[in-house]
Amino acid sequence: MKIINFLSSVAMPMVILFIVIYGVKEKNKVFDTFLDGAKEGIKTTLSILPTLIGLFLAIGALRSSGILELIMKISSPILEIINFPKELMPLSILRPISGSGSIAIATDIMKNYGVDSLIGNIASTIMGSTETTLYTIAVYTSCIKIKKTRYILLAALVADITGIIASNIICKIIY
Amino acid sequence: MLNIVWPIFIIISFSYAIFSGNLENLNNSIFESTNSAIKLSIDLLGSMCLWSGIMQIASKTTLIENLTKLLNPLLNFLFPKLKENKKIKKEVSMNIIANILGLGNAATPLGLKAMKSMQEENKNKETLSDTMMMFIVVNTASIQLIPTTVIAIRNSLGSQNPTSIIFPTWISTIIAAVIGITVTKIIIKLTRGEKNK
Repeated sequence: MKIINFLSSVAMPMVILFIVIYGVKEKNKVFDTFLDGAKEGIKTTLSILPTLIGLFLAIGALRSSGILELIMKISSPILEIINFPKELMPLSILRPISGSGSIAIATDIMKNYGVDSLIGNIASTIMGSTETTLYTIAVYTSCIKIKKTRYILLAALVADITGIIASNIICKIIY
Repeated sequence: MLNIVWPIFIIISFSYAIFSGNLENLNNSIFESTNSAIKLSIDLLGSMCLWSGIMQIASKTTLIENLTKLLNPLLNFLFPKLKENKKIKKEVSMNIIANILGLGNAATPLGLKAMKSMQEENKNKETLSDTMMMFIVVNTASIQLIPTTVIAIRNSLGSQNPTSIIFPTWISTIIAAVIGITVTKIIIKLTRGEKNK
């Protein structure tokens, strides 16, 4: 338990330290470079703002209208069999489809159930360990005009489902 | 994709609210949604700038190129057909390293470049080659040292320990990647005949 906490908390400082030392070693203007990158960060964040507004509207409506609860109620008997929390089902479905959509729904879940709660931690782990699979496959195959994809979607989705179930199990063990 | 999903969400939830008379809640959430989006963007701004800055430093060094050497044994296992092709192998490993470091902006162009080089070697231009399949699956596996976006979100929501999910994320990613790679290896074997048609 202690070692897990240590690894989690040492990772970020180590990466920053390593990169800065590496930059200094290669005689780069480290701070100027940092500023260039940080300016890009402003652009990236502001560029997702319109997407977030649209998605928060849709996801907020799903929750406040009561339909999300209805869907969770209907699907809970199936999810109970594999011991998967029904609160995370909407995130699990949206995760492979839309990057900004899953950011919006994960934030919504963490806010509603508590960011440090078990549900919040599982949602975070799902977000960290899976990718916007459909988007990635579309970009990588369409750039070279591939038509036959040989069940790659199946392989990638199996990996995503594994990641989602693994996040659930690991968080239940650790937290 | 969102052109389909977004209207579905709006239509089903708005009509459900109107039928079930749940309009007050809906109205509140419509106004709240814009506020939450603005608040999240402002809260994320700091962390996103910080990480973009750090990653910019990394991408200006030879770090990516140097780390690719460590990947060699793994690459030989994942992409047995790339053993002779040093150029593609380098592009593939640079993409994987960029992904691990969380350099999303660098990873995608590198990945597309690798795909184009692989297409030159591909015998059947309309079908994914074995190497391409494995490459895409590795890219969808989200192998990342620091899940920066999630940590930024957790931080913005006032988490006691935003980085505590790093270790569980590693384990979960590795399990998902191993399963994804295994399934891909099986699919490659099973569909080999189809590819040669």
